[in-house]
Amino acid sequence: MLRYLARRLAASLLILLGVSIVTFGLTFMIPADPVAMIAGRNSTPQMRDNIRIQLGLDKPIPEQYARYLGRLVTGNLGMSYARKSEVGPLVVSRLPPTLLLMLGAIIAELLIGIPAGIYAATRRGRFADKAAMTLSFVSVSTPQFVLGLTLLYLFAYLWNWFPLGGYGKLSNLILPALTLGLAGGGWYSRMMRSSMIEVLRNDYIRTARAKGMSEWRVTMKHGFRNAILPIVAMIGLDVGIFMSGVVVVENVFGWPGIGQLMWQAIQSLDIPVIMGVTIVAACFIVLGNLIADLVSPLIDPRIRLR
Amino acid sequence: MKKLLISAVAALALLAAAPLAMADAPKQGGQATVTFNNDLTTLDPQVGYDWQNWSVIKSIFDGLMDYKPGTTELVPDLAESYTVSDDGLTYTFKLRDGVKFHNGRTMTSADVKYSFERAVNPATQSPGGGYFGMIAGYDDVVGGKATTLSGIETPDDKTVIFKLTRPDATFLHLMAINFGYVVPKEEVEKAGADWGKKPVGTGAFKFVEWVPGQSIKLERNKDYFRAGVPYLDGVTFEFGQDPTVAVLRLKKGEIDIVGDGIPPAQFAELMADPANKPLIAEGDQLHTGYVTMNVTQPPFDNVKVRQAVNMAINKDRIVRLINNRGVPASQALPPAMPGYNPDNKGYGYDPEGAKKLLAEAGVGEITTELYVMNVDPNPRIAQAIQQDLAAVGIKAEIRSLAQAEVIAAGGAGKAPMIWSGGMAWIADFPDPANFYYGILGCAGAVEGGWNWSRYCNKALDERATKADAMVKDDQKDARIAEWKAIFDDVLKDAPWAPIFNEKRFTYHSERLGGDATLFTDPIHIPVNYDYIYAKDAQ
Repeated sequence: MLRYLARRLAASLLILLGVSIVTFGLTFMIPADPVAMIAGRNSTPQMRDNIRIQLGLDKPIPEQYARYLGRLVTGNLGMSYARKSEVGPLVVSRLPPTLLLMLGAIIAELLIGIPAGIYAATRRGRFADKAAMTLSFVSVSTPQFVLGLTLLYLFAYLWNWFPLGGYGKLSNLILPALTLGLAGGGWYSRMMRSSMIEVLRNDYIRTARAKGMSEWRVTMKHGFRNAILPIVAMIGLDVGIFMSGVVVVENVFGWPGIGQLMWQAIQSLDIPVIMGVTIVAACFIVLGNLIADLVSPLIDPRIRLR
Repeated sequence: MKKLLISAVAALALLAAAPLAMADAPKQGGQATVTFNNDLTTLDPQVGYDWQNWSVIKSIFDGLMDYKPGTTELVPDLAESYTVSDDGLTYTFKLRDGVKFHNGRTMTSADVKYSFERAVNPATQSPGGGYFGMIAGYDDVVGGKATTLSGIETPDDKTVIFKLTRPDATFLHLMAINFGYVVPKEEVEKAGADWGKKPVGTGAFKFVEWVPGQSIKLERNKDYFRAGVPYLDGVTFEFGQDPTVAVLRLKKGEIDIVGDGIPPAQFAELMADPANKPLIAEGDQLHTGYVTMNVTQPPFDNVKVRQAVNMAINKDRIVRLINNRGVPASQALPPAMPGYNPDNKGYGYDPEGAKKLLAEAGVGEITTELYVMNVDPNPRIAQAIQQDLAAVGIKAEIRSLAQAEVIAAGGAGKAPMIWSGGMAWIADFPDPANFYYGILGCAGAVEGGWNWSRYCNKALDERATKADAMVKDDQKDARIAEWKAIFDDVLKDAPWAPIFNEKRFTYHSERLGGDATLFTDPIHIPVNYDYIYAKDAQ
């Protein structure tokens, strides 16, 4: 177990190193000049040269990468071009809202997906099953900005159930968490359904039924507890899926997380912020995958770590 | 019908109430909430360089000069008075008495000197430092040979003398631009890298708090040197607010001003409702949307081709495309700018004439590229231009890119044509010179510059420099007339095809009062927060 953990950690570090190279390389492939963006339209060539030297952008690219990596390992993510402040504290200050939103989305997708999947599985082939599966298909394919604006218009503007975006209270969280989690909910309902159908075919289910247990207890006690295992292992992977979703959802709902920060940094070509958010997001995705791998054997003894 | 009647009655009631409110100065009190989609990047006046930062910075800080609210008329601000020497090389400002920073300290001439030096010092990375290039000693500071500007003298606490290396008629405008706003040295040094987030100024509003990504709060500066101003007790700016959602919030009464303006998708609907009439202020802004043509490369090195492009584009149709949120442009300068020539109608829409000019030019079939920023409505506008050009036989391929990429392509001189929308020149100050040097003069026609046509007419540059040497009050009219002539000549050379001048529409809540010009202030964009008032406090 420990050896496995060590190996996985080493692999994770390699992945992060790769991410740092790719993001660093990408920012040089963008056909845009950050110096021109900072210097503004009234700048002189001399001002632009001054800024280029101050940012170290006159150095050869490998040297720039070495300096960048050197700062990175000490936790220094550099200075924002647009904000003239440190990127590290900026990203850290925006993390809690994003993590809260993701937690909300995970709860939302489980609360939607699992009951819907169980319900569909127990009514396999009937109307309720088909309706649930059609809905799950729709929820997986709806673009998040459409869903977000629709939910806001209906539940916040027309019916006043929730505030129109914003951050700070539990009521602010519900609509964005639902928007982010609905697609996952649809996905989980399909997985839960197939997992449940498979479990319900087992001999011990027949035995339980033969004992005269109520169908509810059969489903919940013997079926659910076994069918849920593969789903739990998937939650860690959601982090990666959510990381792209938060960029859209946080913008629609005015949620002050790293997705919003990323969106604004892209608009102003604030490369240090773009790289900083990417690195931090990559850390979380790697961590999520690691947790998913470690949790699987704990809940399903048939999986062995090697 | 009933709904319509109610709104009509409401509108009438408002109209009736308006003169009463105007009768005497508004009472102080009340709050306003403004939303923006993007977070502010900084409140450092020497660094901030976009309209969104500026509107907040202008309420926290002051410069030596300012503009009458809602107009482009220069007036002394922190300065009580000023004199200009006969040669135009010495400006002497007498500072106002008893101006205090928000930390309680009295502002002096040393603070003025420090602030300009901070703007010019390369370490500040100020995008506006270049505006002060005429102050003696500028080159030494930029070159790192000095940290103080030898051209600024402070004989006593209340006097600041600027010595210039060349006469410059725009100098007083530059004393009103935010890069020269006065900051207290001790607070700048104390805050260090955080100064842009903890601003301390002399302005009408005092900074209270900044919650990153969420909000900025300002409160009334009780010691503001203009008695009775501002009218509001506080202003809150909320960030990360999608404009579409912000419009819904305004309708529900949660916020007061949609800072980003009305989103295109909701514009027609909002304007159609008569109840919104008193809530939507309409005003001119110092903006021109234009297509640049790179005059250094074929086919646009031929003036006839450039003129043909001007005649080929149906500007009225493009204005309709943007829901009539602008007027067709005849020339580079917008109508609200001094020097605009109302008698110059520019190139009319004339596809046949364009074809004839192209035939005369004898350049054969033209295939070119039109660069455009990829945010609505700009790609749609580019398509309209593309169709118009195709009708006269010019094939333009559209290259729709992110803003920074279009700017880079323009600065590198790689783009044959650029539609300026989304990056367009909104003047930094209301003077024709500001529409010339950077975007039409030789100074901007360099690598990384903003003169994307690469149009460099040395004779015009010389005339421009001469015009700006006319600094005396009695030369004002002659100077503006010369600028008018310069821009007429630019139009003959047609490095641009001017398309439209954008108008501004600000949607605000019923709670807020104030003249429409304050809600579309040409200087304080989007809104002059210092002079609007809350009706519930009256």
